[in-house]
Amino acid sequence: MNNNFPMLNTGYIYLDNGATTWKPEPVIKKINEYYNDFTANAHRGDYDISLRVDNEYEGARKIVADFINSDYKEVIFTSGTTDALNLVAEGYFRKHLQKDDEIIINYAEHASNVMPWFRLANDLGVKVKFAALNDSNALTLDSIKEVVSDKTKVISLAMITNVIGDLRDVKEIVKFAHERGIKVVVDGAQSVPHIKTDVKDLDCDFLAFSGHKMCGPTGIGVLYGKYELLEEMEPRNLGGGMNASFDSPEEIELKSIPTRFEAGTPNIEGAIGLGAAIKYLESIGMDNIQKHEVGLKKYLVDELSKIEHIKMYNKDTISGTVVFNVDGIFSQDVAIYLSKYKICVRAGNHCAKLLKNKLGTDNTVRVSIYIYNTKEDVDKLVSLLQDKNKILNEML
Amino acid sequence: MDSEIKKAIIMEHYSNPHNREEIHDDNYIKVNSKSETCIDNLDIYLKMNGDVIEDLKFYGEACAISTSAASIMTELLKGKTITEANNIISNYDNMVLEKDYDKDCLGDALCYDEIYKQTNRINCALIPWRGIKKALDQYEEKK
Ligand SMILES: Cc1ncc(COP(=O)(O)O)c(C=O)c1O
Repeated sequence: MNNNFPMLNTGYIYLDNGATTWKPEPVIKKINEYYNDFTANAHRGDYDISLRVDNEYEGARKIVADFINSDYKEVIFTSGTTDALNLVAEGYFRKHLQKDDEIIINYAEHASNVMPWFRLANDLGVKVKFAALNDSNALTLDSIKEVVSDKTKVISLAMITNVIGDLRDVKEIVKFAHERGIKVVVDGAQSVPHIKTDVKDLDCDFLAFSGHKMCGPTGIGVLYGKYELLEEMEPRNLGGGMNASFDSPEEIELKSIPTRFEAGTPNIEGAIGLGAAIKYLESIGMDNIQKHEVGLKKYLVDELSKIEHIKMYNKDTISGTVVFNVDGIFSQDVAIYLSKYKICVRAGNHCAKLLKNKLGTDNTVRVSIYIYNTKEDVDKLVSLLQDKNKILNEML
Repeated sequence: MDSEIKKAIIMEHYSNPHNREEIHDDNYIKVNSKSETCIDNLDIYLKMNGDVIEDLKFYGEACAISTSAASIMTELLKGKTITEANNIISNYDNMVLEKDYDKDCLGDALCYDEIYKQTNRINCALIPWRGIKKALDQYEEKK
């Protein structure tokens, strides 16, 4: 699909894009530019390069906002999805939930969309309920309906999960939730990099995602929240950059939204790098990206289906993720075998530890596809998995 | 040891592990051994008779190296006294971590003498042995 990723020159076949992605030249160039040409702090613009930092940093916010179709004031930079989900849970919901209120999640969620809710459950006496997954391990509105009650205050779910990779009908779920006054938090870590995201259309209340999973740098992510909800959210950090004045404990005035949520010197290279990454993705087109991944996944699934000793767990989900096991061989051994051929895949529970009972195994091999993966990558992978004896022979 | 022989020993213990069994018996000390960086996860079951390891079992999901290492370990340590076991354990540790060690007490476990060359496997080879160390320590504390 394109070849301006320096990592492509290393000879690795990288199929662990659910974990993080490679960076294209325009992103690396943008970050270098900040360090080579205009290093200064943000929000302190008394001289021209500092003003440029402000412009680039706020410009990146605007790029993010346009990308997800929000207002730019509704975009808060965080260190990633985990940070964003913790900010919503702690900053917004800790204040808005009471004992016996209910939170609905499900067994396919990533640790980062489980543990912050567990903490609220422990601290506030609210209850975390699990919506069931169906026979294909997907989540549907029906299973949410089964656990919803008049105590339900929030539904938190990934739009696409990181193991099964099913695309949830968030729009339909949000509509159902809002009719009952329930807020919806969306973990977009695995969806925003891969499909078109429109928060107005989805109408979700909060959305979290990470830059590094979408060609951007590590250490930067986003929390989107509806403006009227952000007005009700507490900053987690207090300090420089987020206050308007602080004369005494009674007289603290915070800056406006979203700056009040970004105390301290922000991750400047991260934000502008993320802006460059989004520009890059847009130049390819999100629809093209999704088409490429889904097409390649279908090809991989078709090829792996022909191999008797391979069991796949998510053939039908519409995403770029395939999880499987080789009969009788531990997933980690398969991953180490493939790594001898410079193929990078992930083995394990992929941070979705609650999913194991559903799949009947703790651990799987995960292949997750992105824009720079090709049919040749898939062919190489498949050919290495054809012969079980070869795997057994070479995995040690 | 020839590398093909090492491989054969590992594969044999991986395909047909010895003493791999989940135990529900209060006469056994049960400890869990896993690593924060990889996905191997083993339970070790130790039954003592005074100073002697009377029985040793393991159970869990783990890779070929970890599983085979656990199988070999149980064979090696069963019937040994605590002092003998601790001596074997420290020699095994030294071997895997590329330090000086005494070959004579390690038996089949010598098949891991070059595992240090595969950094991503070192932990796997150590996981069952960390477990038995923990179990023996627990036993000594209780005594
Ligand atoms: C579905 C999902 N949620 C949350 C996260 C956490 O993202 P990060 O580690 O960037 O905070 C991930 C990444 O592994 C993920 O796949």
